Amino acid sequence: MMKSDFWRAFARNKGAVLGLVILTAIVVLAAFASVLFPGDPWDMATAPFQPPLSEGAPLGSDMLGRDIASGIAHGARVSLLIGLTSTAAALAIGVTLGALAGFHGGRIDDAIMRFTELFQTIPNFVLAVVLVAIFTPSLTTIVAAIAVVSWPPLARLARAEFLSLRTREFVQAAITTGQSNSSIILRQILPNSLSPIIVSASLMVATAILLESSLSFLGLGDPNAMSWGYMIGAARTVIRQAWWMSVFPGLAIVLTVLALNLVGEGLNDALNPKLARSRG
Amino acid sequence: MLGFAHLFASRLVKAVAILIAIVVMNFFLVHAAPGDPAMVMAGEAGAADERFVAQLREQFGLDRPLYEQLGTYVGKIAQGDLGFSYRQQRPVWDILAERLPATLVLTLTAFVLALALGVALGTLAAVTVGTWADSAITVVALLAYATPIYWIGLMLSLLFSIQLGWLPAFGYETIGAGYTGLAHAADVAAHLILPVITLALFYMASYARLTRASMLEVRGLDFIKTAKAKGLSQSRIVTRHVLRNAILPVITVAGIQAGQLVGGSILIETVFAWPGIGRLAFEAVLQRDYQVLLGIFLVTSIMVILFNILTDILYGLVDPRIQVSQ
Amino acid sequence: MTTPLLDVPLLDVRGLSIALPPGADRPLAVDNLTFTLNPNEILCVVGESGSGKSMTAHAMMGLLPAPHVRVAGGSLLFKGRDVLTMPEAEQRSLRGGRIAMVFQEPMTALNPLMRVGRQIGESLREHTTLPPAARRARVVELLAQVGLPNPAELADAYPFRLSGGQRQRVMIAMALACQPDILIADEPTTALDVTTQKQILDLIRAIQAERHMGMMFITHDFGVVAEIAHRVAVMRHGKLVEYGAASDVLNRPQHPYTRQLIASVPHYIEHRDDHTKSGAPLLVAERVRKVFQVGGGLFRKSKPVVAGDDLSLTIHPGETVGLVGESGSGKSTLGRSIVGLIKPDSGRILFEGTDLLALDRKGFRPYRRLVQMVFQDPYASLNPRHRVGDIVAQGPVAFGEDRGRALARARELLAMVGLDGSAADRYPHEFSGGQRQRIGIARALAMEPKLLVADEPVSALDVSVQGQVLELLDDIRKRLNLAMLFITHDLRVAAQVCDTIAVMRRGKIVELGTAREVFTHPRDAYTRSLLDAIPGKAWHIPDDLQTAKAEAH
Repeated sequence: MMKSDFWRAFARNKGAVLGLVILTAIVVLAAFASVLFPGDPWDMATAPFQPPLSEGAPLGSDMLGRDIASGIAHGARVSLLIGLTSTAAALAIGVTLGALAGFHGGRIDDAIMRFTELFQTIPNFVLAVVLVAIFTPSLTTIVAAIAVVSWPPLARLARAEFLSLRTREFVQAAITTGQSNSSIILRQILPNSLSPIIVSASLMVATAILLESSLSFLGLGDPNAMSWGYMIGAARTVIRQAWWMSVFPGLAIVLTVLALNLVGEGLNDALNPKLARSRG
Repeated sequence: MLGFAHLFASRLVKAVAILIAIVVMNFFLVHAAPGDPAMVMAGEAGAADERFVAQLREQFGLDRPLYEQLGTYVGKIAQGDLGFSYRQQRPVWDILAERLPATLVLTLTAFVLALALGVALGTLAAVTVGTWADSAITVVALLAYATPIYWIGLMLSLLFSIQLGWLPAFGYETIGAGYTGLAHAADVAAHLILPVITLALFYMASYARLTRASMLEVRGLDFIKTAKAKGLSQSRIVTRHVLRNAILPVITVAGIQAGQLVGGSILIETVFAWPGIGRLAFEAVLQRDYQVLLGIFLVTSIMVILFNILTDILYGLVDPRIQVSQ
Repeated sequence: MTTPLLDVPLLDVRGLSIALPPGADRPLAVDNLTFTLNPNEILCVVGESGSGKSMTAHAMMGLLPAPHVRVAGGSLLFKGRDVLTMPEAEQRSLRGGRIAMVFQEPMTALNPLMRVGRQIGESLREHTTLPPAARRARVVELLAQVGLPNPAELADAYPFRLSGGQRQRVMIAMALACQPDILIADEPTTALDVTTQKQILDLIRAIQAERHMGMMFITHDFGVVAEIAHRVAVMRHGKLVEYGAASDVLNRPQHPYTRQLIASVPHYIEHRDDHTKSGAPLLVAERVRKVFQVGGGLFRKSKPVVAGDDLSLTIHPGETVGLVGESGSGKSTLGRSIVGLIKPDSGRILFEGTDLLALDRKGFRPYRRLVQMVFQDPYASLNPRHRVGDIVAQGPVAFGEDRGRALARARELLAMVGLDGSAADRYPHEFSGGQRQRIGIARALAMEPKLLVADEPVSALDVSVQGQVLELLDDIRKRLNLAMLFITHDLRVAAQVCDTIAVMRRGKIVELGTAREVFTHPRDAYTRSLLDAIPGKAWHIPDDLQTAKAEAH
């Protein structure tokens, strides 16, 4: 019953449905990249600098004759993979710290919030660049760097939720009826704070994909993984000769991030007003 | 006004604490990096020069216990010694000082533009909620939100510089033109337009969305009902009652996002060959010049702290409650 | 001032209907409402929440939340002219000019970023041609008229520096700024403490009499009606059910709903007989003290706020002790200390001889069962994501009870508090406020406590529901021989259920005695001012309704 309510509210937001459709298409593209474009995307497929709609390169080829379309399909894998894993890692750090700060309050809260503030003040992209550069670029260091610079907003959100829920009377009732701290956190507070966290997480996947593409654009991508940001970075110097090399991977990023944002807004519409209504 | 001085003092103490934390973080980054700290500090180019590496070892006491090394490192930074770039054969601080003005001009202009236009567009969208103007602003904001800024930069320069030839595609000034005075200023301004717009676009979208949402929320509050019951005109209610209250969360977010904006300058300066710190960061990454990179990390952090103090003051000017409650 | 036309009422509401959006609980918020308001008259519009009483006022001020809620029919004639069909500009000149309004919630009704003097001045700027200096002088004069100290200084203050009562005075000054013909007051004292309420009511009455304004006063409280009304309109579900002179409606109510409402008005005269204390005390609080540190930071010292000082009282088995005080008096502190939600700084809380404050977490655990709490807000006290049966059973399960048995017991308890069998399988949002409060009581009872701490358990409920929940609490106390600490701001409510009363002010108990003593011979000046501030104390509920009420018990 709750589920059908959720879908109805989600589907009411037309943008969200559109986003879901685009996102599904991108996931399918990523999943079947090796079927649709067999072979290594790094290999030469045709002559260099072929414009779009040429033989063997529907979206054109780059200065080494690599197929742009194949690069985009394989790049989708990297983008989605990094977006999801780094968000999961950021969630683990952020929600844990935020929950601890919000639930315990006092000095623990103070210490954690100072730490969070520090990470929020640091220009996050600069830190990501420094981290990846010093620890040498690889999928692992990129995911770790993105997680390290992305968790503070989640921590603040989780803290705010926990802080307000902790003083709610149903949580106090749980204390007076003798429930354990872990049961109060997991059964009483967490389920009620989940909606905003889910919404933020979905938006964070989008931000993570943007961050990854920015790192790759600067040449800090995993050298073995074809990625959209790398393709644009490589195309930058030859933009006068071959506009397609930067336009198509860029569109791929815009579509993906847009789809994720739309889905995030739909989730927000579907998850949050319900709570508001039940409160009123 | 006493409250304001207090606020400022406490912000300053916080800023110093954050700076120390960042210096300590820098130190541990060097030590946590794979390989010998001296090699890391020397960077790719310097690592081959044994005399330079030995000198670094000596300077930073790299054979001493870790806490002593930390003391030495913090002491050096406190004196303004950010290390030496072997690659460029100059002290890191000199290199940064030379590049700083260009970045400050770029980021400050973009910040002010994004805030002013974002609030203006958000207000327009909120006032015309549900009409085509509101939808248009919402859609543009959504797109700007989803587009990587470096790609926007490339596309804008493809269009305005390469295709139309209206604006210079890169650099800080026309090299060899020898402009002076006003002509020079105009030349720099022309070079500034594309990078500033590119950098500002994302944040403008962000502030527009936030202003719109915030205004719609404030519009439903009790004191707006009071204002209506006084018989005030719609325009007066919007300007005097709604906007001023709605702008507070926008200022807060602007402060929080200042770090992202400064970080974004790396990408923008790379795309437009803007000779600032961001461009320097790109070069340092390519050359594995870690001393320079860590120096940039510190200097950009200081910039963010300054932006934060700026937004705090702005907030204090708008909200009278701050001066006492803080 | 304009002299009103003799044969035209100041305000003439004819067949007014206000439509709610589709999907609301009923199609019309206000249904074919007709009444008039004359100059120099206070008309009280009375009703419970959802009766449509505020909607009427909002329609008059053009404040209906368009486009969802709109006027569906009828007319609102101000001096013979229909406000609803006037051009917008003319309507605006009426609003704040000829018709002014004061709202319920003074804490949020003022713009937090604008000096109060300017907020009042805005009205003058809009509706008069006074130059700025004259406006300023008028603002100061108005602030003085509503009884605010240092009006010149206060005009430059921001709202956050003012107390709730002061803010409400500012709101009244704002409403009076342009000498309106009609003043609408929408529950203007509901959010205030009882002593502040009295001051504001006195002020409103004085100002109305002085200026001969027509006044529409919206309230849910018949005590307030008895204080100030000349005429009364009783509303229910959007319809006018009774309308007449105040003395008639108050003393000879005709409609069953009015009679029911008046019967459920708590009246402090009917305090209870003395409780015969038996056996050893169940709970003894001795010199309990709690200081909260507020604020604090790098450069500021935190301010100590004494929430409880030297609090001592005794509760015997089967006894109900009322802890009465205004907001900020610290009345919740003691209750929360007893259930272990707050750790006092010093003092002792002895439960059957054991000092609860000396126990560690583990040692305190068995006492958790014995002392249970009923909370104030029925909407916040139940986890929206759990089924009602689980909510009631969770406590016993945490103490090792078998889940099946706990759930079966939960059903029994839900039946005991007057809910039907299917309640256990439903979620909290499917219940009304009063029903939720019953669930909260069942949750407390599931632990088989000896002492129940009830923190303002009925203050969020409508009067008629209040009575039912109070009866339930009293009934359960008798059946299970429970002791109860009943925390409330409302002396009238305390009178209904408490054997012993402790009056608190600024963290201290200023008077402690049997209900009879405290209500008939109050010793402390503050207690006397509290009793004196009870609205409608001079009004005697009609005898036939008193007996009807006694029979219901």
